[in-house]
Amino acid sequence: MNTYIPHTEDEINMMLAEIGNKSLDDLHATIPPEVLLEDGLDLPLGVSEADVVRYIGELADSNIGGHAGASKYVNTTLKEQRPRSPYPLNSLVCFAGGGTYDHYVPPVVSSLASKSEFVTSYTPYQAEVSQGVLQVLFEYQTMMSRISGLPVANASLYDGASALYEAVNMAVSYTDRHDIWISCGVNPRWRSVLDTLVAGRNIKVHPIKLRDASTDWSIPHALPDLSPPAAIVIAYPNYLGALENIEQAKELANSLEALLIVAFNPISMGMLHTPGYYGADIAIAEGQPLGIGLSFGGPYLGILSCKEEYMRIIPGRVIGESMDNRNGRAYTMTLRTREQDIRRERATSNVCTNQTLMAITATIYLSWLGPGGLKEVSRRCYSGAHYLYKLLCSIDGVEALYSEPFFNEFAIKIPVNSETLLARLADEGFLGGVALDDELCDDNASYVMEAANDNNVSSSGHVDNRPAGSEYKSNRPGDSRPGDSRRLLIAVTEKRTIQEIESYALSFEKALQ
Amino acid sequence: MTEQQQEQTSGFGYGNHLKGNRDNLVAGGNASSTPLMGGDEEPLIFSLSSPGRRAFQLPSTGVPDISPDTNNIEPPALPEVSERDLVSHYTRLAHRQYSVDLGFYPLGSCTMKYNPKAFDEIAAISSLKDVHPLVSAQLSQGWMEILWTLERALCAITGMSAFTLQPPAGAAGELTGLLVAGAYHRSLGEHRTVVLVPESAHGTNPASATLAGYQTKTVATGSDGCVNMASLESALSEDVAAIMLTNPNTIGIFEKDVVEICRLVHEAGALAYYDGANLNAIMGITTPAKMGFDIVHLNTHKTFATPHGGGGPGAGPVGVRAGLDQYLPGPRPTLQDDGTYRWEIPECSIGRVHSYNGNAMVLVRALAYILSNGADGLKRVSQIAVLNANWLLKTLSDTYEVPYGSRCMHEFVLSASTFKRRYGIRAQDIAKMLLDRGVHPPTVSFPLVVDEALMIEPTETESVQTLQDFASAMIEIASEIEDTKGASAKAAPERTPVGRVDETRAARHPIVVAE
Repeated sequence: MNTYIPHTEDEINMMLAEIGNKSLDDLHATIPPEVLLEDGLDLPLGVSEADVVRYIGELADSNIGGHAGASKYVNTTLKEQRPRSPYPLNSLVCFAGGGTYDHYVPPVVSSLASKSEFVTSYTPYQAEVSQGVLQVLFEYQTMMSRISGLPVANASLYDGASALYEAVNMAVSYTDRHDIWISCGVNPRWRSVLDTLVAGRNIKVHPIKLRDASTDWSIPHALPDLSPPAAIVIAYPNYLGALENIEQAKELANSLEALLIVAFNPISMGMLHTPGYYGADIAIAEGQPLGIGLSFGGPYLGILSCKEEYMRIIPGRVIGESMDNRNGRAYTMTLRTREQDIRRERATSNVCTNQTLMAITATIYLSWLGPGGLKEVSRRCYSGAHYLYKLLCSIDGVEALYSEPFFNEFAIKIPVNSETLLARLADEGFLGGVALDDELCDDNASYVMEAANDNNVSSSGHVDNRPAGSEYKSNRPGDSRPGDSRRLLIAVTEKRTIQEIESYALSFEKALQ
Repeated sequence: MTEQQQEQTSGFGYGNHLKGNRDNLVAGGNASSTPLMGGDEEPLIFSLSSPGRRAFQLPSTGVPDISPDTNNIEPPALPEVSERDLVSHYTRLAHRQYSVDLGFYPLGSCTMKYNPKAFDEIAAISSLKDVHPLVSAQLSQGWMEILWTLERALCAITGMSAFTLQPPAGAAGELTGLLVAGAYHRSLGEHRTVVLVPESAHGTNPASATLAGYQTKTVATGSDGCVNMASLESALSEDVAAIMLTNPNTIGIFEKDVVEICRLVHEAGALAYYDGANLNAIMGITTPAKMGFDIVHLNTHKTFATPHGGGGPGAGPVGVRAGLDQYLPGPRPTLQDDGTYRWEIPECSIGRVHSYNGNAMVLVRALAYILSNGADGLKRVSQIAVLNANWLLKTLSDTYEVPYGSRCMHEFVLSASTFKRRYGIRAQDIAKMLLDRGVHPPTVSFPLVVDEALMIEPTETESVQTLQDFASAMIEIASEIEDTKGASAKAAPERTPVGRVDETRAARHPIVVAE
């Protein structure tokens, strides 16, 4: 048996004797016998940690399909030798984005963020021995405030989607209104999560379509009987990479007396104006680009900042500066009366465990980068994306999807099925981009993203109104699927060299033939 | 065996171990001998900033700069520091932080057990961590097998029939589970509005119920620390969608009537929701399915030793019994006849609760923990967690008031109410006195059903010597309070990097960002 238990058998026996038990089984004697497991767990016996690390390493290396006879699950898979991928997935040169970007993570960031004091502590309930985490989080909040141009930030949420959900909750509770107008330019996966999570409550989410790559805010006005929204939500840059006219969104929010929620990309803040500059009430972001690995989707980092007036309804942990009884500066969790462990059913959010370690990572990354570094990374992402855009748009049959300005990511129309093209590009060693799903597109001139990617529900209100489950049949972008998506979303980061970009464009052209 | 060795292995008999043999039985130094317990204030990173100084170096790419002039846009005021200063700053801050690696951390309900280092290696595997979440299924079969295998293992451990790995934390799992319950009832044409939560429940339960659109009704806790059955019966009605139960409960007691509770709940047409916060007490002994639960959420950072990260990331997989699996979030990895994996969205799925695949890098560590412990190891984990808790409970029960019972599962609750009555000393004061002894305190002021609660969870990874040191500290504190009539308690802690922090001031005049 392999465990991390320090006790010797003698110690166990003596401890048992001291508490008046004969055997380990006696310890659970208060459990009604009818619920006891007779045969133990249907799992294999333990193996050494080295075996497990090797097994998982082999699985990681087999990140390509078709290993026959996989899995009569753990029992056999542990012993099985599995075929290695002809090209390990991590070696594909990444041009995929869609809300997650392959930025350079310097070793100093990983090294500092993996300090065991940060990794193996918990929520800083005891401030006197938690000044380390508390101070980093206070620095984090300060950086998030500065990077978004808003005065208040919390100590992190799970990811961009959860930041969107919590921002919507804030707006609903602040305005006591129940409608949300959300641009279809907001990441469709985030919108999908939002639709799911508000389903039990009286919140109606109205997705507003795009024309080209910009939200057509005239649509909701044309609808009859639409109540004024608690918030309007826009992304900058949006899911297609485009930089929409955000002033227009602000004017609309003002005229409706609704909150303006802006989803932004923190990396773009080296060369774009902040959400705060544009008058956002709440700014949200996926913090993954800030030194956090691709990680197959998580853990990432949910950034949320806001104006002062929303401070007491902000979700999750908030760290505040205070004094100790020696008249020194000290940090502590604050505004605790908002939180679930104190306010229970009247809490502003149910968040307890958040993503502190990712917040620490982002703080260290941004300190490493500094204002000059952020600007440099922004410019490089911009330059790489525009350089590639030009190369691709000069290929026969490739067309730009929109004419709006963009930052690090753009969308194009291609003459073949996106999945086919992506598969061919993978053969050439590239993760070629993200297919824009059929549900996200129609073939009209205006670009319509009516619903989130695997979810045909356009407004969620009560689930009673939802279509049956069969509506959810479709799969995620990147999976083979029926239908004929001919649109591709392509991102370039500061990591991509000119050789990679040029050879990607060449492979692209070749793959189209 | 030498005389000394003999003494070491036999010297901690109950009642005499607290004195006499202490010198021979050490758990290692304690945290008070580390830099944690000293040092000057560390300035904010912003104060280390010097205009023009830089740490960053970017890879050379050869891409021409074709970006527009944005000189009218001032980049955010981030610190400008050297890499060397950066390293010192965050290393010094790390030294001002208590952690499991540093010492005993008996935070009740949080399960601060040792996090195996081998699994840090898994988190560093490039072909796991450098994988974009939007790659095709064909290219990510390895990752899909990892997630699928974890789902199967969690089913084995809980008796559930299917799991979603998407929820990024326990609280997100609770919301997910309740949304599944809602979808189920709606499929029957029912509109139920109430979720029952016992008095002793985590605050997250009622908060999640509210977010799922339910009203919370509280069920009383009986004098034995278990759900009061009369209170439950009067609370049940056709409006009730679910009961959320932690078992063992937050007092550390196994709900003796759990089978009957689930039966009554089902009879009323409601579902039984198992909050997995305390599953670590019963792995391999019983399962939520055996007890009659329909929906389960787990906290991988509690049960399966994934690191707590200063407050996250966690992961909160949700499992359901057969008949509810079609409502789970999707897509989920499924194994095809040809041995490959495919993403599938359950037939009546409530939809996504995460943008991608949940906190994948956390989940893979949970799988590693489960595989390395195995069926035998996981059972042992639960047994020793319960052994440690009972041993500590017995050792402390002469000194501290034990509000519920003389036996416990993996954790127990003491009350400082006597000290409060006599000297005005509260649980939080005892916590601060523990800090001066180099130990992280238990959870204080929770559960709410106990006045001045001290909720202690030693976990299975702590040796009896560590428990003994902790017990000594607790007993010493009790007598110090008596001796000084509580006078010394209010001054604690004195040996920590900062003194007692003024939380009222922080809340009254919130300063949440630096100037």
